[in-house]
Amino acid sequence: MTLRITKKQRLIAAAVLIVPAFILYKILGYRVPTIVLMILATIVSGFPIFRKALFSLRRLVFSIELLVTIAVVGATIIGEYWEAAAVSFLFMFGDYLEARTIDKTRSALRELLLLAPATARVITDGVEKEISPEEVRAGDVVLVKPGEKIPVDGVVLEGQAAVNEATITGESLPVEKETAAWVYSGTIAEAGYLKIRAVKVGEDTTLARILEMVEEAQDKKAKTEKFIERFAKYYTPAVVILAVILYLVKWDLRMALTLLVIACPGALVISTPVSLVAGIGNGARRGVLFKGGEIIEKLASARAVALDKTGTISRGEPAVREIITYGLAEEEALAIAAAGEAYSEHPLAKAIVAAAREREIEAGECENVEILTGRGIKFKYKGKVYFAGSDRFLKENGLTPPGLPELAGATAVFLSDEEKTLAVIAIADAVRPEARSTITGLKRQGIEKIVMLSGDSHRAARAVGTEVGVDEYYGELLPADKAAILARLKADYATVVMVGDGVNDAPALASADLGVAIGGAGKEAVMETADIVLMGDRLDTLNYAFGLSRATGRILKQNIFFALAVAAALLLGVLTGKVSLALGMLVHEISVLLVIVNAARLLNYGKIYKKKKKG
Amino acid sequence: MTNKVFQLETLSCPTCASKIAQILRKTKGVGAAEVAFISSRAKLTYDEEVVSVDELKRVIEKTGYKVIGVK
Repeated sequence: MTLRITKKQRLIAAAVLIVPAFILYKILGYRVPTIVLMILATIVSGFPIFRKALFSLRRLVFSIELLVTIAVVGATIIGEYWEAAAVSFLFMFGDYLEARTIDKTRSALRELLLLAPATARVITDGVEKEISPEEVRAGDVVLVKPGEKIPVDGVVLEGQAAVNEATITGESLPVEKETAAWVYSGTIAEAGYLKIRAVKVGEDTTLARILEMVEEAQDKKAKTEKFIERFAKYYTPAVVILAVILYLVKWDLRMALTLLVIACPGALVISTPVSLVAGIGNGARRGVLFKGGEIIEKLASARAVALDKTGTISRGEPAVREIITYGLAEEEALAIAAAGEAYSEHPLAKAIVAAAREREIEAGECENVEILTGRGIKFKYKGKVYFAGSDRFLKENGLTPPGLPELAGATAVFLSDEEKTLAVIAIADAVRPEARSTITGLKRQGIEKIVMLSGDSHRAARAVGTEVGVDEYYGELLPADKAAILARLKADYATVVMVGDGVNDAPALASADLGVAIGGAGKEAVMETADIVLMGDRLDTLNYAFGLSRATGRILKQNIFFALAVAAALLLGVLTGKVSLALGMLVHEISVLLVIVNAARLLNYGKIYKKKKKG
Repeated sequence: MTNKVFQLETLSCPTCASKIAQILRKTKGVGAAEVAFISSRAKLTYDEEVVSVDELKRVIEKTGYKVIGVK
């Protein structure tokens, strides 16, 4: 095996040669020791470049290294030893620094990889054993102690813990988990212990899927990137031809060689991928999955947003919105109703029971419960008979319910004793608490049109639509109607974003320019099809996604303009004889580095956002 | 035909990625080669009977980038 010199060692050796060479050059000028040192420096730093150039050339593949090699050899021949040494040193040094800074733009992804758990405690026949998470099989029972990472996706069998799910959802507040709760691999049990039955392991876990998707996303080429690459494909040969012509016409070898050094618009070709990957990485860390750089660019230019109602603007679960009572306290009415409804599995009944629990009302026991599916329930509570159900149910029992009050799209549950109605409980799909601020935020970010689509009644759509402040709302829509509205928006606003939870709006998500799915964690099919997945169940992440895409778009533009300006300035500088070989290479390398560093700023986007929000 | 993904050390420019891809495509036994700049991964489809993983590794390393892993 041959002794291999690392890039770093080679760099240090070259620096050790080139620095005294430069000092000698300034003191002595081109004398034998100076020239020897410079040629040595050229060889040490240039050797890998020459070797790569030759390797590609033998396979008839063009390379930047070939241009640099010609420039360096040419410069040495015409006696420009310093230029030759400096160009090869700068090329190698630049390459080294670029690789390291590019790593920084990808650091968000590496952080995600580090989140994967390292060990798992599996209990077999009562014995605890530590194994690698890849060895865990579905069905195994895993134990997680306080502060440990959950190694699988699964169901809690026993125990209770506050779990930090930031890895998956981007939400840093821990979530309480107890028996029957679903937990994700890579999340951390901050306090408490959990016994979990593994359901999904290894590559099938949500975390593994996220990592895979982000990996794929960062390699997808955006339109801008493809366009620039096509441009570079013509730019480089054009500059090379120009160099040849200059040499043949003016016999100016120096200028021709300098042109070769700046023929690759490095900053330009790198501007798009590094900016987009930093944006994708930032999003992934905050529970926003962009399925490619193109998606970020598209979102940045969106002017209209359509949101589904159920499950997106609302939670998708009915909740008690209002209680109208006739001669008794709200709490009392809720206690009676909840006592009876506790026996029913109906969603409306569950909402009433949940409301009682939320207000810490003890419901108590009841007897003689009769459930009439879909209509109501009759029960005996504290010695008295009650009815709870629709107005029709009351009428069927010989009662006269009061006229239906204006409930703005809610469903009414009547509570009555054997004589009169005691209360009307209005139940509606609860609007997410953050819905209104999200809509306001979108408008502030420049979204011109926000509409809400719903398959529910016009009344329900109007109630929710006016509450959250969308520009337009539509009810009683069939999937085809939703697609038609999206098409109309597209005609007026070019790029339309559709936001849904993927439950009953999958066709709309697919037909929009950009489909954003909310609450993506655990919904595999939705994660696959949506263009942007908000892993957590918070609507305001949408604002973050928008802000991030706009910031990415801005940085991208800055980078492209800067790179174009540098390329033009270099070309002009060389043609007017103001830029030497070494200076050309220096400017080229610095511009590439600046573009990468500018892109890396995107990784801090959330931090600035947070500060602004607080202050 | 076999499919394998080679993880390279960080590529420093998109042009290098396309150069490596071109060289790989010209290597005997390789059906398709794609090199992604950002993830520094080379996705290869090749004939195992003509070219081995080690040979492919050697070709990639000669272009100047180390192969960190193959899967």
